[in-house]
Amino acid sequence: MKISNIQNKIVEEFDIFDTWIDKYEYLIELGKSVPKISEENKKEENIIKGCQSKVWLHAKKQDGLVKFYADSDAIITKGIISLLIRTFSNQKPSDIINADTDFIDKIGLRQHLSANRANGLNNMIKKIKFYAIAFSKKR
Amino acid sequence: MEILKNIESIRNDFPILNTKVNGNQLIYFDNAATSQTPSCVINSISDYYKNLNSNIHRGVHKLSQLATERYEESRKKFKEHFNARSTSEIIFTPGTTHSINLISNGFTEFVNEGDEIIVSQLEHHSNIVPWQMLCEKTGAIMKVIPMNEKGELDISKFSALLGNKTKVVFVNHVSNALGTVNPIETIIKKSHEAGAAVLIDGAQAAPHFEIDVRKLDVDFYVCSAHKLCGPTGVGVLYGKKEWLEKLPPYQGGGEMIDQVSFEKSTYAELPNKFEAGTPNISGVIASGIGLDYINKLGLENIKEYEDYLLDYATSKLEEIDGIKIYGESKAKVSVISFNIAKIHPYDIGSVIDNLGIAVRTGHHCAQPIMDYFNIPGTIRISFSFYNTTEEINILIDALKRASKMLS
Repeated sequence: MKISNIQNKIVEEFDIFDTWIDKYEYLIELGKSVPKISEENKKEENIIKGCQSKVWLHAKKQDGLVKFYADSDAIITKGIISLLIRTFSNQKPSDIINADTDFIDKIGLRQHLSANRANGLNNMIKKIKFYAIAFSKKR
Repeated sequence: MEILKNIESIRNDFPILNTKVNGNQLIYFDNAATSQTPSCVINSISDYYKNLNSNIHRGVHKLSQLATERYEESRKKFKEHFNARSTSEIIFTPGTTHSINLISNGFTEFVNEGDEIIVSQLEHHSNIVPWQMLCEKTGAIMKVIPMNEKGELDISKFSALLGNKTKVVFVNHVSNALGTVNPIETIIKKSHEAGAAVLIDGAQAAPHFEIDVRKLDVDFYVCSAHKLCGPTGVGVLYGKKEWLEKLPPYQGGGEMIDQVSFEKSTYAELPNKFEAGTPNISGVIASGIGLDYINKLGLENIKEYEDYLLDYATSKLEEIDGIKIYGESKAKVSVISFNIAKIHPYDIGSVIDNLGIAVRTGHHCAQPIMDYFNIPGTIRISFSFYNTTEEINILIDALKRASKMLS
């Protein structure tokens, strides 16, 4: 599916929920199905800086598409990275690089995230884009 | 209890307590980070800029003289509050961190390779990093007073660390992460017997009880006005005159000089020697007003009420499934650090923020403590004299709700 279509679908899914608490509960639920990073990739260099919790992110390229794997020791952060992976995984590097990232605001979550976590969020998106840039240069 | 009797009118003095956060009444439990500001302090800052704004110590015109008087009046207030011998022993800085850097920078003149400095495992990073920098510059060695699982310092091990190479000992009066009140009287006495100077970081202590620097015989005592109902950007550094005269200036510039020429400059006397440039004039004046406010309530009354809140909250927290409280010293201020089961503190903090409850989560700039307990961080609640048991009840419900959501 195109990235923008996935993003629209995610916004629609969150729209069903009126309260922040329901949105959080859905986010927590989504976190449970994050493609898990392998234990050996839970290294210092794969930790996303700027998050109060530990978030590991790793990626590989397969058949021309980038696949992301992650984990976190905090449940809500796991949900956020899971959302991002659902959006950007199994996509071409060029599509990831060119994609918009403001759909998180449309979910209405950024206002409910403290400044630290919002910073973490920006760094997660940055790292995803960096991976895509790196993979776009590799055959 | 005096404070309890007047709690409504006290709360009315703090406009921010009526703020709504995410649609809910603010419940502010992050007082260890910064205290809230009463109207008299807010008005002082506003009045300064409306009626008094003028650079101090250097002008001949009326406003400048008035501003100087008010600034120096604030210095006198802090001198009396801490029972210093003279106003020249009270230096205003931008904050506790700056004060500690000022002192550690000064000590590079007196500390040589192989000398030892002693820090505690309970320190805030601001009382670790400047001293690490000093060790890197001078080749001195840092030794650490260990903590125990109750969050107290092991004083028996401290004695073993002291020796004739010890130059400085620096310890916080109260741990910001755990609320432990450290036995600084003993630490000061033993350090002096070994010939070492003592710096006490009082940032977390000054809001809760009286400090008598002469009774303590401490060499340096530092704290921040913004934890004493004052504005941010003002620190109070007490130093024994003998020490402040020995230490070299930290920053050069206007105000801290006597004579300047390109061949040589000479420095001003205390306290100006350490107050280079234009200070935070409105901030210092307002800090004195904040101190007056606290002294009007009375620190004994404040301690009594805060102890009441601490006991109440501790017993309510202990009813929560999976609760683990860190910092179980008998001597504590109104700070509680805890976790719930295996839930990451940040998750809990995030959820209850949506309910208007402000707590601090994370390592609280005290990573050595977190490493000791082998945890990523804690949830920290810290009370002040304008908090209530009703607020604590709302917190407990919110924690139970968050815990259910995140299990």
